[in-house]
Amino acid sequence: MKLKNILVGATALVAVGAAAANAGSITVVSWGGSYTKSQVEAYHKPWIAATGNQIVSEDYNGGLAEVKAQVEADNVTWDLVDVELSDAIRGCDEGLLEELDLSMLPDGADGSAAEDDFLEGALSDCAVANIVWSTIFAYDSSKTPGVDSIDDLFDLEAFPGKRGLRKGAKSVLEMALMADGVPASEVYAVLETDEGVDRAFAKLDTIKDSVVWWESGAQPPQLLADGEVVMTTAYNGRIFNAAVAENKPFEVVWDGQIMDFDLWVVPAGAPNKELAMEFIAYSTDTQRLADQASWISYGPARKSSGPLVGLYSDGVTEMGQHMPTAAANLTNAIVSDFEFWADNADELNERFNAWLAK
Amino acid sequence: MTDTGPVLAADGTPLKKKLAQALFVSRARAFSLVLPLLIFIVASFIIPIFSLMVQGVKNDTYSSNMPATTAIMAEWDGASELTEDMFAALVTDLIQARADKSIGRVATRVNREYAGTRSMFTKSARRAAKLEAPFMAAMLDIDEDWGDINVWGAMKVSSQTLSPAFYAAALDADYKADGSFVRLDTEDRIYVYLFVKTLAVALAVTLATLALGYPVAWLLASLPIRQSNLLMILVLLPFWTSLLVRTTAWIAMLQSHGVLNNVFVWLGITSDDSRFSLIYNMTGTIIAMTHILLPFMILPLFSVMKGIPPTYLRAAKSLGATNWTAFWRVYFPGTIPGIGAGALLVFILSIGYYITPALVGGQDGQLISNFIAYHMQKSLNWSLAAALGGILLVIVLAIYWVYDKVVGIDNMKMG
Repeated sequence: MKLKNILVGATALVAVGAAAANAGSITVVSWGGSYTKSQVEAYHKPWIAATGNQIVSEDYNGGLAEVKAQVEADNVTWDLVDVELSDAIRGCDEGLLEELDLSMLPDGADGSAAEDDFLEGALSDCAVANIVWSTIFAYDSSKTPGVDSIDDLFDLEAFPGKRGLRKGAKSVLEMALMADGVPASEVYAVLETDEGVDRAFAKLDTIKDSVVWWESGAQPPQLLADGEVVMTTAYNGRIFNAAVAENKPFEVVWDGQIMDFDLWVVPAGAPNKELAMEFIAYSTDTQRLADQASWISYGPARKSSGPLVGLYSDGVTEMGQHMPTAAANLTNAIVSDFEFWADNADELNERFNAWLAK
Repeated sequence: MTDTGPVLAADGTPLKKKLAQALFVSRARAFSLVLPLLIFIVASFIIPIFSLMVQGVKNDTYSSNMPATTAIMAEWDGASELTEDMFAALVTDLIQARADKSIGRVATRVNREYAGTRSMFTKSARRAAKLEAPFMAAMLDIDEDWGDINVWGAMKVSSQTLSPAFYAAALDADYKADGSFVRLDTEDRIYVYLFVKTLAVALAVTLATLALGYPVAWLLASLPIRQSNLLMILVLLPFWTSLLVRTTAWIAMLQSHGVLNNVFVWLGITSDDSRFSLIYNMTGTIIAMTHILLPFMILPLFSVMKGIPPTYLRAAKSLGATNWTAFWRVYFPGTIPGIGAGALLVFILSIGYYITPALVGGQDGQLISNFIAYHMQKSLNWSLAAALGGILLVIVLAIYWVYDKVVGIDNMKMG
């Protein structure tokens, strides 16, 4: 489903007046729901107000397919896309993305240079990270209390009921291995071997008949709220927003979380790439990244933003403990291995599809 | 008069020639009327299908971007020792491909043949410009897997511009560098199973539409005009309704808290916590597809039945036939052209069905067309999608051919 919101900063246009005469417009594509909302509040609105430009906001479900289709057809309509790290690396290698001028990125508010201020791996030739997010699993504490480890996601005897999992090999296989007793630090080493892949699928076999597969990030909180599942994997910010903003009795289990970056990329041949680059520089400055964290529980990709993160937009909830990077949440965590997935995504997804269809 | 010369027209030209000229003009005029349709069909149907078939066997991603290794691979037998020349050619190609920004596409192509090689290419290409001879040692230093003969085998397969690799993959086989085909392991096989499943679903839907549609068509053909018109509207109304609306209506009907399950619980056929799962599985796919394709069976049947005079049945009965004999020996044979047309239409439409299985199929109700879409939209392996589509096309043509041999295509009546 494509939701098209045209955010016309009407008041901003009036305020800026003369500047509006040469104002442009860019199309920004992101993952929808509460995540897009956090970007609209923290990046889009202030940018519109400051520059008089307009932003057309669109939603998608990840992956490079639509970018590739637009680039190959030579009809690019997207200026800026929010992608996962493995897609950013792959798209850059395949020439689907513009190389970015990283010198435009402002220094951190504490004076540190941009390349030192961003977390390691957050900057690459074609991409600038904005957040650190995490795939976790969550449960409804009013229905299934006492869930506390990744093993419970696969334990149908102790916790009967349907499970929600993301439809695809990525993150599902890692979680299956961790639940099967593989330490977080060895997950990718095990997954590199054929026996490791067999082991992950064998673990998935044990819950296959009880799985509801989801594809878009907005689905898991809905599945939990509707009682369709008792536990589900999800992006941590979505569960946080359902729990805090909508007062749902949802709890996040940080055991076995898989961290990843979301990054801004510009499709090759984007119609407004200079303006898109300006927007990247603006939206990833220290203050904007810290602002976003007050709308959703994703960690800012700049170190200098950390101290500025305070309360959730409700004014009472401390954000710190809800971040994937909080010390207490890191006891059994892995960072998604982009190189592993760039190498093996095709083969493992084929295997996953074969497994799913039978 | 014994004139044996040609008959001449008024202006002296032979009459035969004159006639041919006149006919040519009228034929050309008639042809010019069909020309727009012909151009449209060639441009929108024949050319795309042809280019799709080509994409399934032709992939020049590797050969056009890595010319030096492509030349060496053509001579290498796929088994003998790796040489310094091969590594030197590889380094030349990697430097060039990195400069052209085509290294990612090359790496993706080889990675499809041998998973795990993608990062070897991108990583080595980043450092290739700084390497010095001997290149074999230098490349092994970057990644020792460059010494793996299977990696080079995958490069050899990728370097063939025309290759059966994608068709092999579409039939659950692996095309090796030495030209042999190896069947995949059981847990990786999927497409043959899906083709068989798709054909089985198409057959089930055809039989279901025939069983449901035959009596309806008979009623339509035999009721008085007023009632049959009303019935016809009931058949056509869903036909004119959007496919998506009808499919989502079935979701509302069949889901676990849907209309049908609520009725079952109310009647006491099942209990509240063990409701039937009628949708997001194979059952849902078959129910929804049967309903959606029903008009394609009823309409040809109806038009054929309309053409069978009711006097035949009366004559058969007056000659002493029972009801069953009169139907089976007299009426039914007359409806065979309609059954043939309806069955072929429904069968071929079901083989390529996409949107309904995608919406109501869940995980085990997915058909081959859903996987073609997956490779077009998600995995971006367009060559494999083309190969799967090509096989599907061959299956449809084969069915058409068998039908022609068994029933005869002239025997088919659409109306």
